[in-house]
Amino acid sequence: MTILRATGLSKSFGTNAVLRGLDLDVQKGERIAILGASGSGKSTLLRCLNFMEMPTSGTIELDGTVLGRDRGTARVYQESELIAVRQRVGMVFQQFNLFPHMTALGNVMEGLRTVKRMPKAEALALAIAQLARVGLAEKADQYPAHLSGGQKQRVAIARALAMEPALLLFDEPTSALDPELVGEVLGVIDALAAEGRTMLLVTHELGFAYHVATRVIFLADGTIHESGTPDEVLKHPRQERTKAFLASHKRYSL
Amino acid sequence: MNHRWDFASVLDNTDALLAGAAGTLRIFAICIVAGLLLGLVVGLGRTSQRRWILWPASAFVEFFRNTPVLVQILWFYFALPMLVPFAISPLAAAALGISLNSAAFTAEIVRGGIQSIDPGQWDGARAIGMGWGQAMRRIILPQALKRMTPALTNRAIEIFKMSTLASTVAYVELLQQGKLIASINYNPIEAYTAVAVIFFIVLWPMVQATYALERRLRRDE
Repeated sequence: MTILRATGLSKSFGTNAVLRGLDLDVQKGERIAILGASGSGKSTLLRCLNFMEMPTSGTIELDGTVLGRDRGTARVYQESELIAVRQRVGMVFQQFNLFPHMTALGNVMEGLRTVKRMPKAEALALAIAQLARVGLAEKADQYPAHLSGGQKQRVAIARALAMEPALLLFDEPTSALDPELVGEVLGVIDALAAEGRTMLLVTHELGFAYHVATRVIFLADGTIHESGTPDEVLKHPRQERTKAFLASHKRYSL
Repeated sequence: MNHRWDFASVLDNTDALLAGAAGTLRIFAICIVAGLLLGLVVGLGRTSQRRWILWPASAFVEFFRNTPVLVQILWFYFALPMLVPFAISPLAAAALGISLNSAAFTAEIVRGGIQSIDPGQWDGARAIGMGWGQAMRRIILPQALKRMTPALTNRAIEIFKMSTLASTVAYVELLQQGKLIASINYNPIEAYTAVAVIFFIVLWPMVQATYALERRLRRDE
């Protein structure tokens, strides 16, 4: 079952074309690792999929429905439509983007209360359950300033999970973390993978991508340069640019 | 210069000063509510991407920031009644001038405060499905207001002191009453000293309270 389908997706910032007619299908239960050099459009791709950035052209289909209306040169989107999409497609950011004026619990409850208008007791119970799931129930009353980077990212994951998205987008979730904190975040993502959650993961952790992904895609020049199983792309790449990318990553590995 | 200080003539007019203090507090209350609220609205308008909101908001700010508040008060009192079919009281003219002027400066504080918030906060809010209004009310403004507090309390102090400009249209407030006492008793030294001291006595504790407020806001971080 296809959850999300991007067709001919393009995004330009001024004269800088970041995505150039990219096609991508996401099936339920798939875990897609997105690799690529800096500036290859990995983050822009994720941000277009939940309309944090508006695609310049192309269409995005969610649950079988093509979003927006065609109006001559560009598609137009209703704000209400985009809000509905973002509740179906959750996102976790490199910089966490926790709300600093709310506790960990407050952060997780916020979407439930303000967006889903859930009664307080129900939202509270659900938020505590989500925090427990990422191993942070005892940090519920802490403000983000008092949490480590790894804990912040786990709260951010709980915040996204609380909205019960059909698809989770991870935008370099461990890139801002000290090396010793990376493991705890990857552990949480691994557990979500084991539950069969559908996710797209932009990452530089090649070993983790190999371990957790069902499919790996390599982006170059704003399009999918190579795609396949982790074994195909990471162990037996066919394209020269994929080989060069992997070689540069492995150069200093143990 | 052997002035013999004599506050008896001022103390004889305590009633007049109390009436003046009541007038000062009244215009202050009107202007701080109107000025800050209108400033918040105009400031939000100044962050808009929509031209039909941005341009009027910007025009308002530029006009009222770049004309003297004293000229605005005199204009509302002497010029406006000749253009409209109703009378304008001294209070209305002074309150209009001070409120609109304060709104323009407050709007710039609000715009700066909102724009100082990390764009990642908008991302975080939108990613859980918040619309513009929800994100502004729940995520952006609470953080921005905290940052704006020192500038906003500064504005409040400024509004309190600007209320003396209302004396130019003979509105009964502290300075107006001081002038009255000075002209009746020929004691400008004591009369104006008394007015200055009263302002200090009222404002100083208010300013201390704002420091306490700022400390309190910092605490839950």
